[in-house]
Amino acid sequence: MINLSVNGLLVKVPEGTTILDAAKKLNFRIPTLCNHDDLCVAGNCRVCVVESLGAKTLLAACATPVNEGMQILTNSLKVRAARKHIIELLLSEHRADCTKCYKNGKCELQDLANEFSVGDHILLDLVDHKSFTIDMFSPSIQKDDSKCIRCQRCVRTCEQLQGVNALTVAYKGNKQKISTFAELSMGEVICTNCGQCVNRCPTGALVERSYLDEVWDAILDPEKHVVVQTAPAVRVGLGEELGLNPGNRVTGKMVSALKRLGFDSVLDTDFTADLTIMEEGTELLTRLKSVIKDKDQSVRLPMTTSCSPGWVKFIEHTYPEYLRHVSTCKSPQQMFGALAKTYYAQVRGLDPKNVVSVSIMPCTAKKYEAERPEMRSSGYKDVDIVLTTRELARMIKQAGVDFNKLKADQYDSIMGVSTGAGVIFGATGGVMEAALRTAYEIVTGKEVPFKDLNITPVRGMEGVRMANVKIEGCKEEWNFLEGVELKCAVAHGLVNARKLMDGVKNGEVDVHFIEIMACPGGCLGGGGQPIPTNDEIRRKRAEAIYEEDMSLEYRKSHENPEIIAIYKNFLGEPLGHKSHELLHTHYTERERY
Amino acid sequence: MKEKYIRRVDLIFEKVNCREIMEKIMGMEPDAICQEVLDSDLKGRGGAGFPTGMKWRFASKEKDPVKYIVCNADEGEPGTFKDRQILDEVPGKVFCGMAVAARAVGSKSGYLYLRGEYRFLIPKLKTALDEFHRIADEFNLNFRIQIRLGSGAYICGEESALFESIEGKRGEPRNKPPYPTSEGLFNRPTAINNVETLVHSVMIMKYGAARFKELGTKDSRGSKVFSISGDTPKPGIYELELGMSVYEFVEEFGDGDTKAVQVGGAAGFCVPRKRFEETIIGFEGVPTGGSMKLFNSTRSMYNVLHNYLDFFTEESCGQCTPCRVGCQQLLMGIEAVKRGEKNSRYLEELLKLAKTMKIASKCGLGQSVGNAFGSIVENFREEIIY
Amino acid sequence: METFIVNELVRELANKHGRTRESLLPILQDLVVQNRYLTSQDMVDVARELDISAADVFGTATFYSFLDTEVRGKYVIRICKTISCAMKGKNDILNTIEDTLKIRVGETTSDKKFTLLETNCIGWCHKAPAMLINDTPYIDLTTERVTEILRGYMKK
Repeated sequence: MINLSVNGLLVKVPEGTTILDAAKKLNFRIPTLCNHDDLCVAGNCRVCVVESLGAKTLLAACATPVNEGMQILTNSLKVRAARKHIIELLLSEHRADCTKCYKNGKCELQDLANEFSVGDHILLDLVDHKSFTIDMFSPSIQKDDSKCIRCQRCVRTCEQLQGVNALTVAYKGNKQKISTFAELSMGEVICTNCGQCVNRCPTGALVERSYLDEVWDAILDPEKHVVVQTAPAVRVGLGEELGLNPGNRVTGKMVSALKRLGFDSVLDTDFTADLTIMEEGTELLTRLKSVIKDKDQSVRLPMTTSCSPGWVKFIEHTYPEYLRHVSTCKSPQQMFGALAKTYYAQVRGLDPKNVVSVSIMPCTAKKYEAERPEMRSSGYKDVDIVLTTRELARMIKQAGVDFNKLKADQYDSIMGVSTGAGVIFGATGGVMEAALRTAYEIVTGKEVPFKDLNITPVRGMEGVRMANVKIEGCKEEWNFLEGVELKCAVAHGLVNARKLMDGVKNGEVDVHFIEIMACPGGCLGGGGQPIPTNDEIRRKRAEAIYEEDMSLEYRKSHENPEIIAIYKNFLGEPLGHKSHELLHTHYTERERY
Repeated sequence: MKEKYIRRVDLIFEKVNCREIMEKIMGMEPDAICQEVLDSDLKGRGGAGFPTGMKWRFASKEKDPVKYIVCNADEGEPGTFKDRQILDEVPGKVFCGMAVAARAVGSKSGYLYLRGEYRFLIPKLKTALDEFHRIADEFNLNFRIQIRLGSGAYICGEESALFESIEGKRGEPRNKPPYPTSEGLFNRPTAINNVETLVHSVMIMKYGAARFKELGTKDSRGSKVFSISGDTPKPGIYELELGMSVYEFVEEFGDGDTKAVQVGGAAGFCVPRKRFEETIIGFEGVPTGGSMKLFNSTRSMYNVLHNYLDFFTEESCGQCTPCRVGCQQLLMGIEAVKRGEKNSRYLEELLKLAKTMKIASKCGLGQSVGNAFGSIVENFREEIIY
Repeated sequence: METFIVNELVRELANKHGRTRESLLPILQDLVVQNRYLTSQDMVDVARELDISAADVFGTATFYSFLDTEVRGKYVIRICKTISCAMKGKNDILNTIEDTLKIRVGETTSDKKFTLLETNCIGWCHKAPAMLINDTPYIDLTTERVTEILRGYMKK
């Protein structure tokens, strides 16, 4: 243990503790900027510098381990002068556009400048002297170099957390910038649109492409019938943007707010999540039959999920030879979109060309997914506009809706009822669990042998999880699965997806079914969710999701009455002709960079 | 040379038989080598001046079986060209010095990191290296050296940035601690030394620590190779005893009209005429890696400062805020004052900024910009403003 | 099932220097010796050989002034612009080159033979002004000498 003093107070900490953490123990918060709980230490912004008596230079608190007898001052005159200078320096290379900036009020640079009352523009403005670009070519992410303070959080996120490496630091000196390969637009490179960089950018340099105005235009257009779908993870994250603590379920209030915003019909992505389970569960069983019973060499196992568009783009770039392993099912968002302008429009007697289909997602990659050329099975663009949880909160504020005082409301029909299996899509392991709840019952006629249907082995936050489920008591037509250990793997965060796929490639990982979510924590940690994000917050959101699951009347996708109805009245049966037309898709091989 | 003022020495370029040195070091205990070098008070000749013996001892005490010796031949400080001469004339001594270090520290693998601008030296170095490896084999010294090239980045002269470069990455300095002797190249204990330091260690092995200590002063023992340029009738490379005053230096090398001497390159200090007598060239005064630049009365110190700031603005790695942005602010700041856009009082703000850069920057580059800035602005204020 | 055309030179260099991260700079350096600059395709190919991301290769290459990612001519002239050379007439040398080759600093001649750049201290301060043409230093420059040197290259 090391003894040291911080601002005159003594503290004892284990060897290797940073000055930052030692100060935290004494309830001193040293301001930081490039530091982030999810990422490794950088020590480059220098905002956290502190004085250590006897040392020639100031020390970066986040990067310096404590020494015996250190005497640290976190707020001395020297430190304050240096810190103010550093903030001024950052402001001088930052195009402060606060009133129009998407991050106004949620910007870490703004907070710091405010804390230290910096902003007199003592130093020269460097922004005008540089050429900067605002990259708006990606449908998901907007990159504005003029607001970048080069903390490199985005690069570290893309490298360490996601293993995608779409972003890099390029050039040096005054030309240094955050860039993609060959300075191409984000939309032209391996960027999977997962938005984890957006979640960790302290300023407005990286934000989602925002389509709020388009949604208002549609809602306020009397000719248009605007339908909105809400993803599972939104209902456990939205509260954070509106003054609530993480882990609050605001489903009813969210539906009420959406109705007040003027959407013609408030429906639920969880419905199509249930639909996805029907289609994907059947697909899995069909593949198992082809491989195990029919020994069909052309069918591929393991099968992977396909609802995470970040994962889909990732595999298209990095493991294109495994595309036949990906389920042909569309994501719940896209299934919904295809049905909104066919099934829904039909039943409601609407002309599909007047239907505007909007989705609220915890995700930035969904914006890209909606633009994919193959997503037009309805004859129109299936999903017209995708908004993030953050954008929805903004709409609610703009409309003057007092969210916390709202009474809970119910989703509309015919695509608004959902089950617990649908809502758990929002957490890592959720798709796997939902699929097992249905597939097991199809095969054996009995419920999965887990208490309360909670398949805990697939839950949790470890990056890669494996679970086996033994199938016993099969129905006649499925007797080739009797006694088979159904081997499942779950990964979240693309760096773990890579580990898993490398394992599949070299034969170490031998499983039947893989669920991959691009974002750490699954969708609840998505690129469109409230900022800030860290382990604790994601855990709380996950708890809320499973609570919601337990609270619902139906827990298995195949029990959903609206699902039973849609098959009876419209689709026929899973993997049937209509399903293939509307609910299934194909993939594209992409470049390595 | 007026012996009264400056003593010229000829140790670095003296031809030495590497086999003689090998025999000696193979017959010594590793720690005895550390002790000898420690006793000599040899301090790093690249500019930082860390006691070499101490560095080697730290590295030798590490338990990791894999350790590295790195020769820093990324001489990039403006006005420094002595390492080029050493590598050109006595490359064998450099490799021999690395062997001394290897034996002292317990390393089997060494790297010579040569700046890209000196690529033309490679054929000569390769020949000398082959010869060295033969000698090492003869004496059963299990130590192999590889040559790696830089590609035009001044910051790679910083030790941890150099490691990053050898590892195939951007040459961005690391957080310290940990220090190179515990986690250096490939995160292994590493002793990294300047070209000249390694050659000095060879001479210490040959003649002993006592002889080395005969030269110089208490804080700056021994001799140093200086690269002298600018307004001087005798530009070039000279090995001189350490500890002379700038006055003595100018008496010898000035052109009769010297108004300032920049000691230590762009990262060093500008000594104005009025301070020549009181300033010692050595670790107790203004230390230097060897760069000595003389300016006479025809030179505009504004141009000099502008040139240095332009240099730093480009060569900064860009990681940390005080250096990346600070250099640009200082450069554009003096331009604005010169143009009259900013009042001359703005220089006070810039001086404060330079002080912040000195204590808040992540590495020596950012920490040193303030040296030239402060010393030139304070001593030549008129030239900066008007 | 990746269908790409193997870049022979990159493959050779990877065979020579290895395929670890450590091999990146030697490979890029040799590519530059051969072609004088790195094309986007080169960088993608190197990324593939070393199994690292193309963005990483790009970010590393652009850090180093001598690993050009912009088109360069057969002979890259780098004039030192640091203080000693600046003091000793580098501007006159620069003007002479600009006039002779009819290009400005940063530009390449239309026949792709020469590129003119400025660089920082190359270590010949006592023989200033100095320049590099590819890897060869030219020192004690005068406007006459420079013209002669250029003529020599133009004949090649």
